[in-house]
Amino acid sequence: MTELNRTPLFAEYEKSGAKTVNFGGWEMPVQFSGIKKEHEATRMAAGLFDVSHMGEILIEGQNAERCLQKLLTNDVAKLTPKRAQYTMMCYPDGGTVDDLIVYQLAEKRYLLVVNAANREKDYQWIQENKIEGVSIKDISDQYVQLAIQGPKAESILQKMTEIDLSAIRFFRFESDVPFNDVEGTAIVARTGYTGEDGFEIYIEPGAGIQLWRKLLEEGSPDGLQPVGLGARDTLRFEANLALYGQELSSEITPIEAGLGFAVKTEKEADFIGKDVLKKQKEDGPPRKLVGLEMIDKGIPRTGYAVFAGEEEIGFITTGTQSPTLKKNIGLALIRASHATQGEEVYVQVRKRLLKAKVVPTPFYKKS
Amino acid sequence: MSLPKELRYSEEHEWVKVEGEKVRIGITDHAQSELGDIVFVELPEVGDTIEADEPFGSVESVKTVSELYAPINGKVVEVNEDLDDSPEFVNESPYEKAWMIVVETEDLSQVDELMSADQYQEMIDEE
Repeated sequence: MTELNRTPLFAEYEKSGAKTVNFGGWEMPVQFSGIKKEHEATRMAAGLFDVSHMGEILIEGQNAERCLQKLLTNDVAKLTPKRAQYTMMCYPDGGTVDDLIVYQLAEKRYLLVVNAANREKDYQWIQENKIEGVSIKDISDQYVQLAIQGPKAESILQKMTEIDLSAIRFFRFESDVPFNDVEGTAIVARTGYTGEDGFEIYIEPGAGIQLWRKLLEEGSPDGLQPVGLGARDTLRFEANLALYGQELSSEITPIEAGLGFAVKTEKEADFIGKDVLKKQKEDGPPRKLVGLEMIDKGIPRTGYAVFAGEEEIGFITTGTQSPTLKKNIGLALIRASHATQGEEVYVQVRKRLLKAKVVPTPFYKKS
Repeated sequence: MSLPKELRYSEEHEWVKVEGEKVRIGITDHAQSELGDIVFVELPEVGDTIEADEPFGSVESVKTVSELYAPINGKVVEVNEDLDDSPEFVNESPYEKAWMIVVETEDLSQVDELMSADQYQEMIDEE
């Protein structure tokens, strides 16, 4: 077996009692104090996440915008410096290469933050499809990425910087943000993957370690806890935020996954996958991602088959017992003809078919 | 890590306790700690038979499903229905409140083939 990658924060995990697992080739903390506790801390107070395994790709040059307009489904022309956008990168058949956030750092200069497991594939894809006048660099190793999420995220982070964080609105960011007792500066964006308010922070590795320590120190009186990938998954799932490899894949289009808002088929530029995605948007996709709530006792899990009567109509993409709602719920990609609220379907849990019904998503919305 | 001396242990992390002619079965403290927060326990019904090394139910944490493997052959005579509403007992009290099933067996000598607490400890130390 090849050696697992470790983020610069690895040595810090142990101090907080983490259990680590292999996540897409990275030895990452799955939990610290326990998934349910960490989940609750993030919903009630704040959670601190090391997500340095995410990839960062820098795209710059005269034709950077044109290049991204071709590669990405959202409309990059709507960005201005210090704004970010959630977007997809698709194949010609509409299948998804990756879902990512694009940050416009400056004129003709963009940062793409991509999924860890897709980093090399994305870089290759971008190289193969780039146009003249653009330079592309994988700069993932230059950054530690921390996320602080939860209702107290802003007040905790504010204790550590003179910059007015309340001025950074949703999907905006500030560059060169200094933190007390931390060397260097960071990019601080009001984005996240939990359904809570909060920030994602990009910072040079040494400074990132200092920031992690200081945040835990300053934040723990307010309930800040380190959070692992286990709770990150339950948090994002309740908020209906897609996970590549489950809700999205090369076999699943963003329209099927209910992410049409990030696919601007009306934008002028032709982008890869536009024909198929436009048609799906207009005619409706063959399959749709829906929320399911179990009626019978049992927990839906990734990959379980979904039936209507005798007929298999799809599969569960993610499922668990929701720590916030205490209900057994799942997301399922099913034939569009069955994707109506209240429709009863069956989930195959091991050898048994258990009854469930289609319910609205997101399962959780912050108040 | 709690590991009562009077119990016997299987390689699949079940404990068994002989009570006269019957045998009580649950999962170990080590197992619950590895699994994390248990949110669902699926058990057989009274009258079902279980077969050594075959699955007889499952425990689910927030993240995963794990099968429960029968440590011995037997017939289920009692099922812990409290675990339906309180699966967290498995985390809180794996040897007491979270017993899972009681079986009757014709051959109690099967229990002797299971590990002692010391042998089980040795096994998990090697993992």
